[in-house]
Amino acid sequence: MNYYAYFVAVGVMLLGVVGIATSRSLVHAVVCLSVAQSGTYVLLIAVGFQYGGVAPIFGGQVGRTTAVVDPVVQALALTDIVVSAAVTSMLLALVIQIAKRHQAIDPDRLGRLEG
Amino acid sequence: MNDGVLSNVLIVVSLTLVLVGAAAVVLTRHPSKQAVVLSCYGLLLTILFVAFQAPDVALSQVAIGTAVVPLIVVLSIRKISLIRAEHTRATDQKEGK
Amino acid sequence: MTRRIRLVVLVVGIVAFAAAMSLAFTGMPHFGGDIHAYRDAAVSGTYAHDTANVVSSINFDQRGFDTFGEETILFCTVVGVAALLRPVHRERRREVSDAGLVLESTGLLVYVLFPLTIVLGVNVVAHGAVTPGGGFQGGVILSTGIHLLYVGGRYSLLRKLRPLVWFQQGEALGVVLFGALGIAGAALGSALFANVIPQGQLSDFISSGTVPLFNIAVGMTVCSSVIVLLASFLDQTLAIRADAGNDSVRKPRSGFEEGSAS
Repeated sequence: MNYYAYFVAVGVMLLGVVGIATSRSLVHAVVCLSVAQSGTYVLLIAVGFQYGGVAPIFGGQVGRTTAVVDPVVQALALTDIVVSAAVTSMLLALVIQIAKRHQAIDPDRLGRLEG
Repeated sequence: MNDGVLSNVLIVVSLTLVLVGAAAVVLTRHPSKQAVVLSCYGLLLTILFVAFQAPDVALSQVAIGTAVVPLIVVLSIRKISLIRAEHTRATDQKEGK
Repeated sequence: MTRRIRLVVLVVGIVAFAAAMSLAFTGMPHFGGDIHAYRDAAVSGTYAHDTANVVSSINFDQRGFDTFGEETILFCTVVGVAALLRPVHRERRREVSDAGLVLESTGLLVYVLFPLTIVLGVNVVAHGAVTPGGGFQGGVILSTGIHLLYVGGRYSLLRKLRPLVWFQQGEALGVVLFGALGIAGAALGSALFANVIPQGQLSDFISSGTVPLFNIAVGMTVCSSVIVLLASFLDQTLAIRADAGNDSVRKPRSGFEEGSAS
């Protein structure tokens, strides 16, 4: 149990990497990249968790002395999610450009780079 | 302590669901089906974040991971199939001439 | 590189990575433990500024400069996508009709959900310092709410409700506002992105100084950028077609009419 959360985080990331490497379509590869990135959210959130801790929003029942989970990693994960969406959309725009030029989005058939 | 056991079960279940969901997204080879699976995976991640007491992250994951990103993926897939259809039409026309 | 070599490299990489990670995890504090040094520092900083939502306080008060960097990433992405997906010289734009088949219940649901989502989005942005949420989440909710019209089959209405120029300028304005608030912190307070406004009472709607203002700036940027982003993709899928004019024979138009808004 101690390491299960970390194991899942690494597992998700490796699944994404395997998906990219064995992909037959660039769209599939981009989606797998976003899965690989989601492994980092799981890791961040798992690092900050504390048993019995509550969400870091102060108010009526939650005060200075209440145990809360780590808000710093949550802020990082928030940033991570927004950046992941930006990366995915940028890559998909590039995939559309590639499809327009080569009519193929199978990475094995796009052999060489060109300017 | 009962509370602790319950949250432990919730955490283990949601973590396992996320792992299974990630495998499902990666193993779905058909891109337009993959967009739907990706959306479900976003929902599983949201459940995980709620179980880990991170409502802010859950809120942004549900908005971005289950709505915006799958929509962009679907639109790109549709555009790419249109490009291919246009290309085949154009080559057919050239050969038919 | 052949597929076989690629798989070999992949397996070697995965094994090495997994080994390094397992080694790292055994040295980490136990999962769910109660030692969180950053948490303690962040909580006392948040209390000093009377902000209820610690995550908002970290994003917009304690780590304001990092969030500015993230804003810039988002801004650049949108510019990049818009540049990549603009219609080029061998493409033309066609009229999009609302002829797509949409169930009446879907249409009704959209009309009910559309105002609710907009109100929810504004609420999430406005209460970002007090309840879960903030500029990022609220901005995305707002832009998804507007795109519900597309689900309801009303692409023309969506285009009318979404004068793209406004959102392009709104995005820039949001980034500029964010930077200006940061510089105001430097001018009036001690440091860049310092919280210079009196912070008021914890959990009040008007509390935590500059955090709500940053929330509004970020909400503007995120909402506008997601709208511009989705507009580029929607435009490509629905309106922009390769021009047949270059290939001597002009083909009949009927071929392009299939499924406009499915």
